[in-house]
Amino acid sequence: MEFLLVLAFPLVGSLVLALFGHRRGAAEINSAFSLLTLLAAAALTLTIVASGPQLLFSEQIFVDPLNVFLVALTAFVGFTTSLFSRPYMHVEHDHGKLSANRLRLYHSMFQLFTFTMLLALTTNNMGILWVAMEAATLTTVLLVSLYRTAASLEAAWKYFILCGVGIAQALFGTILLYFAAEKLLSPDNALLWTHLDAVKGSLEPAVMSLAFVFLLVGYGTKVGLVPLHNWLPDAHAEGPTPVSAVLSGLLLNVALYAVVRCKVLADGALHSNLAAILMMGFGLLSVVVAAFFLSRQRDIKRLFAYSSIEHMGIITFAFGMGGPLASFGGLLHMTVHSLTKSAIFFAVGHATQKCGSQLIERIKGLIQLSPMVGWGLMLGTLAILGMPPFGVFTSEFLILTTAMRLQPWATPILLLSLGVAFAAILGKVQPMVFGEPTAQRLPHRPAMVPVFMHLGLVLMLGLWIPPYLADWYRQAAKLIG
Amino acid sequence: MSGYPALPVYAQTINLLAAILLLLSFAMLGQRRIISLINLFMAQGAVLFASTALVAAATNQHHLYWSALITLVLKVFLLPWILHRLIRRLNVKWDIETLINIPTTMMIGLMLVIFSFNLALPISALAGTILRSTLGIAMAVVMLSFLMMITRSKAVPQVIGFLSMENGLFFAATSATYGMPMVVELGIALDVLVGMVILGVFFFQIREQFDSLDIHHLEKLKED
Repeated sequence: MEFLLVLAFPLVGSLVLALFGHRRGAAEINSAFSLLTLLAAAALTLTIVASGPQLLFSEQIFVDPLNVFLVALTAFVGFTTSLFSRPYMHVEHDHGKLSANRLRLYHSMFQLFTFTMLLALTTNNMGILWVAMEAATLTTVLLVSLYRTAASLEAAWKYFILCGVGIAQALFGTILLYFAAEKLLSPDNALLWTHLDAVKGSLEPAVMSLAFVFLLVGYGTKVGLVPLHNWLPDAHAEGPTPVSAVLSGLLLNVALYAVVRCKVLADGALHSNLAAILMMGFGLLSVVVAAFFLSRQRDIKRLFAYSSIEHMGIITFAFGMGGPLASFGGLLHMTVHSLTKSAIFFAVGHATQKCGSQLIERIKGLIQLSPMVGWGLMLGTLAILGMPPFGVFTSEFLILTTAMRLQPWATPILLLSLGVAFAAILGKVQPMVFGEPTAQRLPHRPAMVPVFMHLGLVLMLGLWIPPYLADWYRQAAKLIG
Repeated sequence: MSGYPALPVYAQTINLLAAILLLLSFAMLGQRRIISLINLFMAQGAVLFASTALVAAATNQHHLYWSALITLVLKVFLLPWILHRLIRRLNVKWDIETLINIPTTMMIGLMLVIFSFNLALPISALAGTILRSTLGIAMAVVMLSFLMMITRSKAVPQVIGFLSMENGLFFAATSATYGMPMVVELGIALDVLVGMVILGVFFFQIREQFDSLDIHHLEKLKED
């Protein structure tokens, strides 16, 4: 029941907003649907925590501690983003950057995007997972190109073609997976993850290794792993800021979740550490490349987009290492990164609206202009850079100490990249926050509640992880192995 | 070869169709005119439909009739129709400039085919379906479409390359596993269709912005 509501609210929301999304109060309707989704997700989480994993709709839907935690996170960040998007899109509309029709498209696609992500997370069918990921690409293509400027069209085109090609690789991987499974399972069950998981030990290793490579490259394109990351900075920079927040905070997580599900199957079938090595390699490469690209960025949203690539690299590396501790760290990092990064994008969104530019050199003195936005950005930046006592520190510390034990060779590379990233980001954000202001005030009050709500949660996770949450992470980490 | 038992007629026909599919991919790789490219894509769809229907008849897999029907409607009628309409409305009939000249592209294409056959070899050996020898061809079609996307500089041929890649994947699914479960195939078909519609809208906007469909204009967002 709760589950049905989790999917039904965003779907109905997108239909309703497709009709009324241009009217006054559409932003409130948008938030209301997101809130309903969040409540349903919370109820679902409670059920799963109380009664264990569930299989629904003739096994097409599977909810276990691993994905219910991402469902809750997705619904939460979706809700706070809708709160932020209300004043933000209002200003964009007032500035004439968006017509009423575009606003309707935006609201409708925002809900549909949430729906596709929730479907991708909860489906038990690896084929439907692919369909939902592709649908998520399509909805975000429309969101990225919302302004219809030359740059946003270019970003959306690149995004569509690169992710389209990437996701075609994932489809080939899925076909190979089906091919391997079909010998052991009946055709109706052969793509169901729970059935695959049960027989993973006897899946043909030769086919499975090829399948995993294709799946990793395919879904890895959507995670933004280097060298498949080219679409990511453009899509983040040219779309509306609420879209950047959900792209970074949610979509990348969902794509990584797909990779992790595939890795569980590959590990069971291969009896080798091919999957682990590939994931660690891609992860490490992403961290290093992104860290060194950071210092060359002049656009604030591109800067944080590269920071997302870096953090996705860290998480991929952690899941690649495997083991309860590293997976725990990876899951925690997923949570805190998604909360922190979306908070940063909220603050950045207000800052760019105030200064009328996304260029770092044009944004100055936020702390005098609007102390709340300034502090939000500064604290968010410190949090994402892994300063204690924020949660990112905890998770990075966990991942690094595990790396020292399991993969000592990788630790210096990781530490060096984190240091480079620290210097690059802090060096750019500091003059933006402090320094002489250049812009005027905007008539709309910034929506700072979501920013500080997120940062508060990240702070809490850094100081104290509630026992039930820790328990839940542990269960999920056990599933990843 | 004398060591092999003679293949039944339907299997030979399917092998023939697979060969035609590969030939069409090469033809697309070498084709400069957009209209002919769309017609080739349509022919590819028709071959795909014929082979899927034949497999369905030969193996008595009922759901494959449905996939064949989807292929017929989507890839032989709907998508080519949308594409034809688009280029008529956009008035783009010019010859396509390729980034690498066509003979070189063909040579790279040949290499890709050899590579695909090698890659498919261990998997084909495991396949129990009547179509196992065609898996390499399916892979080659995917690779060739990929090559086409890389070497073309206009938006429309890139999209045709993308759709042709999907054809290759579909053929891989039929040849290795007798198709995916129905619900998945429906989802894939829906995604392809919606994607095509979105791209159609995109074409107009790109042209409005740049007065051209040359994606060279779409290279402003580069790292400094």
